[in-house]
Amino acid sequence: MKKIISGNEAIALGFGDAGGVFASGYPGTPSTETLEEVARLGDVYCEWAANEKVALESVIGGSIAGGRALSTMKHVGVNVAADALLTLTYTGVNAGLILMVADDPGMHSSQNEQDSRNYARFAKVPMLDPADSQEAYDMVRAGFEISEQFDTPLLLRTTTRISHAKGVVVQREKVAPQIGEWVKDVPKYVMLPNFGKLKHVAVEARLLKLQEFAETTPLNRVEMADTELGIITSGVSYQHVREACPNASILKLGLVHPLPERKIREFAGNVKRLMIVEEMDAIFEEQIRAMGIEVEIGKNKLPLCGEINADLIRAALGEAPTAVTAPVEGLPQRPPVFCPSCAHRGLFTILSKLKTFVSGDIGCYTLGALPPMNAMHSVIDMGASISAAHGMAKVNAIAGRDEKPVAVIGDSTFFHSGMTGLMSMAFNGGNALVIIMDNRTTGMTGGQENPGTGRTLQGNPTRQVEMVPLVKALGIDNVFELNAYDLEATEAAIKKGLETPGPYVLIDRNPCVLRYRIKKPAISVDPEKCTGCRACLKVACMALGLTASGEKQKVRVDPNVCNGCGICTQMCKFDAMYELEGEK
Amino acid sequence: MQIFNIVIAGVGGQGVLMASKVLAESALASGMDVKQNEVHGMAQRGGSVISFVRIGDQVNSPVVMPGSADLLISFEPLEALRYIHYLKPGGRLVYNKVSINPSTVAAGLAVYPDDVEQQIAAVCNNAQGIEALSIARAAGNGKAVNMVMVGTVMKHLPLKEEIITAVVKQISQNKGVEVNMKALAGGAAA
Repeated sequence: MKKIISGNEAIALGFGDAGGVFASGYPGTPSTETLEEVARLGDVYCEWAANEKVALESVIGGSIAGGRALSTMKHVGVNVAADALLTLTYTGVNAGLILMVADDPGMHSSQNEQDSRNYARFAKVPMLDPADSQEAYDMVRAGFEISEQFDTPLLLRTTTRISHAKGVVVQREKVAPQIGEWVKDVPKYVMLPNFGKLKHVAVEARLLKLQEFAETTPLNRVEMADTELGIITSGVSYQHVREACPNASILKLGLVHPLPERKIREFAGNVKRLMIVEEMDAIFEEQIRAMGIEVEIGKNKLPLCGEINADLIRAALGEAPTAVTAPVEGLPQRPPVFCPSCAHRGLFTILSKLKTFVSGDIGCYTLGALPPMNAMHSVIDMGASISAAHGMAKVNAIAGRDEKPVAVIGDSTFFHSGMTGLMSMAFNGGNALVIIMDNRTTGMTGGQENPGTGRTLQGNPTRQVEMVPLVKALGIDNVFELNAYDLEATEAAIKKGLETPGPYVLIDRNPCVLRYRIKKPAISVDPEKCTGCRACLKVACMALGLTASGEKQKVRVDPNVCNGCGICTQMCKFDAMYELEGEK
Repeated sequence: MQIFNIVIAGVGGQGVLMASKVLAESALASGMDVKQNEVHGMAQRGGSVISFVRIGDQVNSPVVMPGSADLLISFEPLEALRYIHYLKPGGRLVYNKVSINPSTVAAGLAVYPDDVEQQIAAVCNNAQGIEALSIARAAGNGKAVNMVMVGTVMKHLPLKEEIITAVVKQISQNKGVEVNMKALAGGAAA
């Protein structure tokens, strides 16, 4: 049966059809839908872990216990899981184990543009790089076979244009899950130095065997055509190559680590000019050049940053670009903003007003860095809001600066890796105000469950982690609740937190309005009272705007967009904004 | 057949992705190859959204390059202007005339140009603006703007109208069928 599905959906379906038993991951664009789709299959166990390290370790356990296992995460998630991965490569697997990693060339929704192919080389494990949904589906099955045949974890790598692009998939026959023995094998699974040394030797030998496999597997395919130009490529870049150079000969790599040296040498010998098309790092190019093969066009003509596309390939070949009209310039930007009636808006309205240094984190609240709020001054990685604020406070103290930093973090990010930073801050006598926006969901990625939501990925009720007792248990005495919809109280609470020495935690427990579909009647504006002072516009809400240009512009509220939170009404000094009846 | 390139633009929350799904499923149901791609993640938070649908005998890249779209469907006038350079010479634009303020305008940091439609007309002589919101409301739900837009472009697609209608029927939830059918018809008549 044919379906049109995204790469993420294809991997989920492929997992179900390849006898998958256990899946665990952490949400992160563009990987998130994969695990959600596994949950939708209904008959395969899967769960959200607290973070990527936990997810991969759980999956390692699943494999040791004999079930084919899948872990899903975005590229930066692998950094969190890397500790497990770099030793997992030594132990190898029992049942097949796939780590699906979704890269984000072009940084559509990520904080960096790292190329996960580096992890395949680093961990000395095989990596598959599908070029469309069908390959994504098929490579799950192929991946488990390779993993089991070579006793190795396998990386299945996608990029945004594979994970989120939909293409036609033909489903294959489903393999029923077969759970193997749960065997004690100390030299295999206990990585004490004595066993680890032996395993390192085994890893190097395995890589050589995989290299032989790479020479013959149909996953690496030569498409000979005109021999004037030969292109080595993989993943979505292959599709752009087909588009830009329909007559060129292509060596399409499906297994992108380790590389098939003889096959590459033979291909290069059969074409006049050799070109390498790969997104981000020059991973193929560096290795192929190291083989002593001449590469005419590679990163000398193609960018290291951002996505590749057909026009860039044409340009690298010196072809004139298609005549195109230039984009219209000077249009107002349309960046994403806090949803109408989101509690983050109240918090950042006040943080913006107080002009204090805000150490930020990964989540919807990162939008607080954008104008007009401009109220976030550092964002590094998951959990860094708290630990970086701790370091700032320590150096501030040494410098004699009497300023206390604010850290802002969401619930899912706090459970992921904020907790450890907070515990460390308490342990080391830190001095920061930590604001936890506990909206009971993983908002930015679309509202996934987390240890605080009371529900599992598969929709079963479970215990909720309570934030206040947790924070107290980590060693924080000053823990208070915050209601960011009340601007005056929020300002007072933040000021108190900044004035009180030592670690201080404020927790806002207002739920995510998008995830929990909270609806309230719209705010109205009294045009008689509105003076057009625009104080309310500082809250940066999509529902607000100005009336058509004229003598005196006044504020209007779009009732289709407004969700009646009342944050803007608190900004109005003229009582011009009011809530309709029957509200909160 | 030659590849038919469609770009769908709008604002997060307007249903751009659902409209894309309808076109992609309709192409599949017509026995064609199709790729559909959009970048999402923060799409529900009022940001600019762009989606590609490519239909043909064999489709490789999921991405439509600027200057190569046969059809641009925009759910908002400013977004039509933002992506109008995706159209190939002679390409067609169908857009919803109802504007939505970007956050930058709402915050008083930028001004929504008052000549968007004139600017569109200046660069595209094959543009049609429709009152999609009022048509959707007449169909019973202001949120059916996406189906109104699909209705209006149906006759310009290399797809049979009855296949599109059947796909919409199939993916609409129980109560939505009637509204969506009316929205498609209202869009087609616009």
